[in-house]
Amino acid sequence: MAASQFADSGADLTLVGIQKRFPGFTAIEDLNLEIPAGSFFALLGPSGCGKTTTLRLVAGLEEPTAGRILIGGKDVTSTKPHQRPVNTVFQSYALFPHMTILENVAFGLRRRKVSDPVNRAHEALRLVELDHLAARKPQQLSGGQQQRVALARAIVNRPALLLLDEPLGALDLKLRRQMQLELKTIQEEVGLTFLHVTHDQEEAMTMADTVAVMNKGQIEQMGAPEALYELPHTAFVANFLGQSNLFTGEVVESTSAVVAVDVAGIRVAVPVARAQRHAGAVTVGVRPEKLAIHRDAPPADSGTNVLGPGRVIDVSFSGVSTQYLVAIPGAGTIVVFSQNREFGPISHVGDDVWISWNVEHSFGLADVPDEVQRFAGDTDTKSIAAQRREALIAELED
Amino acid sequence: MAFAAFSSTSVVAEPAPRKKSRIALFLLLPGILYLVLFFLTPLVSLVLTSLQAPREFGDIGQYDYAFNWQNYVQVVDAYWPHILRSFGYALAATVFALAFSYPLAYFIGVKARRWPLLQSLMLVLVIAPFFISFLLRTLAWKQLLSDESFVITSLKALSLMAPDAHFTGTPAAVIFGLTYNFIPFMTLPLFTTLERLDTRYLEAGSDLYASPFQVFRKVTIPLSMPGIVAGTLLTFIPAAGDYVNASRDFLGGADTQMIGNVIEANFLVLQNYPAAAALSIILMAVILVIVGVYVKRSGTEELL
Repeated sequence: MAASQFADSGADLTLVGIQKRFPGFTAIEDLNLEIPAGSFFALLGPSGCGKTTTLRLVAGLEEPTAGRILIGGKDVTSTKPHQRPVNTVFQSYALFPHMTILENVAFGLRRRKVSDPVNRAHEALRLVELDHLAARKPQQLSGGQQQRVALARAIVNRPALLLLDEPLGALDLKLRRQMQLELKTIQEEVGLTFLHVTHDQEEAMTMADTVAVMNKGQIEQMGAPEALYELPHTAFVANFLGQSNLFTGEVVESTSAVVAVDVAGIRVAVPVARAQRHAGAVTVGVRPEKLAIHRDAPPADSGTNVLGPGRVIDVSFSGVSTQYLVAIPGAGTIVVFSQNREFGPISHVGDDVWISWNVEHSFGLADVPDEVQRFAGDTDTKSIAAQRREALIAELED
Repeated sequence: MAFAAFSSTSVVAEPAPRKKSRIALFLLLPGILYLVLFFLTPLVSLVLTSLQAPREFGDIGQYDYAFNWQNYVQVVDAYWPHILRSFGYALAATVFALAFSYPLAYFIGVKARRWPLLQSLMLVLVIAPFFISFLLRTLAWKQLLSDESFVITSLKALSLMAPDAHFTGTPAAVIFGLTYNFIPFMTLPLFTTLERLDTRYLEAGSDLYASPFQVFRKVTIPLSMPGIVAGTLLTFIPAAGDYVNASRDFLGGADTQMIGNVIEANFLVLQNYPAAAALSIILMAVILVIVGVYVKRSGTEELL
């Protein structure tokens, strides 16, 4: 490869009808994806959703069963990994233990016969502030330093596309936050296209321009982090990206402005534009921090959804905010995040309360959540115990 | 194993309390006694024997202690072709064994990871020859490759060998025997390193624009260096001193005698003990130098 193939900027990545089958299971089912040049794109999903497989397909480390991969408009589906203008920051870093840090970083440059690999490697190491450790071996570095070397080893090649395979997974929280910021800064500096795979929703939202939520080998929803968070389309996205309160009911009213469903006899409305379905059983959701808690029934109002009365069953104080769990007959347990504008909680366990939110904050989902929510685990221990019991009963009945 | 000798885990121990070091010394005592009795004493005896002079007016095989260093000059003068031949054959056998064992060990250790049963089966097959005495196996090869054997007659019938050519008794036969006998010693250390080879390094290599061949040369080979060094040493050292394969009773002939055969003949037949002892010491010294340079050059201490 010639040095002239250095990318001046990122290239766009297009996946067309990608399918990947392994013996016994299908990892990816008909994946179509377009990542514009120069963007920071995050693939977010739980483990086993096919996101790492997608990354390996793009890197050329796996071959797709069907479909095409295009980088910068060029079909690279049948090319070998070393022929692709792509570099990967591996989850395990995979720094060569028999080489110094400098040689690790210069490895790709030497393979491509780029002139002056040593100085370029030093330059890349300066970018990640590790030039003073150039003569060391990888095993003499800490996890965070190794991570930065892995990053330098990839970006020194100026790939059209940089793949990041959960590179921050092994770092502790503080270092992780710091590295997230650094990665973002470096991406903006070098202007490459980043494809970042992660299962950490906060990481995906803080770093990426565009987030694609992946589930069971398919992209559930894709968009800017704010758009995804404020308007999730499916129950999976609503629960995987942050927390949601979901209510399912039959549509009782459908005007040009709002769709209203009946939840245990109470009317819950959602703007038409924010609802994916307008008839039949519809699930309406709202984020916990959008809810207000009232000790007396608030006045009915067409612009506000009100649920209650319910009983506060759990209060947990977390400094900035307080999380309340409110059990409302027929509507289930509702999570409320409330900013601590007063000293201490405003409600206590056992209080009867009402809950309200602005209709504009509701969102209507395209599907109905599963009976047992996969990601309801982060509500409280009681619901986990209930899930376990239900799972056990189901198992015994089988 | 040979690995321990190159390990650079230079854990500098804290100055331990005196009591602790006494216990350590006590635990080391049996080993030290054993080494003094069965290694140091014979070595000293060997050195002294190598400097003996024939007894004046004595019988054949009667010698007196002396400082007859001319023994060394005489044996080198008389046997330098054998010494050179030994190291030549040993080197050739090591190279062939490595060329044969590396792909085999790579297949068992890396490619067969997905099929543990196949992996164990192949390992058993590598070790299986050990269940039969190597003398018998070498004799069997002599039979298989003799002039009247099916293999040789077939080769001659197909005109792949000249009608009056032999295989046994030639240098090729000796090198073949050495290679065959030491293949397990080469394969096993290679397997133990390649079994632990993290294939993610290979993926990283190909991700960084290295072609499969470059990945092999720049990543796989350096990472398997400990196995290569251990395997080549375990082959080269015993092969250089081997006296079975090159013997006329086995695969060798009159002009394939190695240093081991000469030592054996001097000790057991000619009863020229000083010459045999001097040759043994020369063999030992040359091997030590070669191994020292080799280990230093291969830089394996970094990897262990």
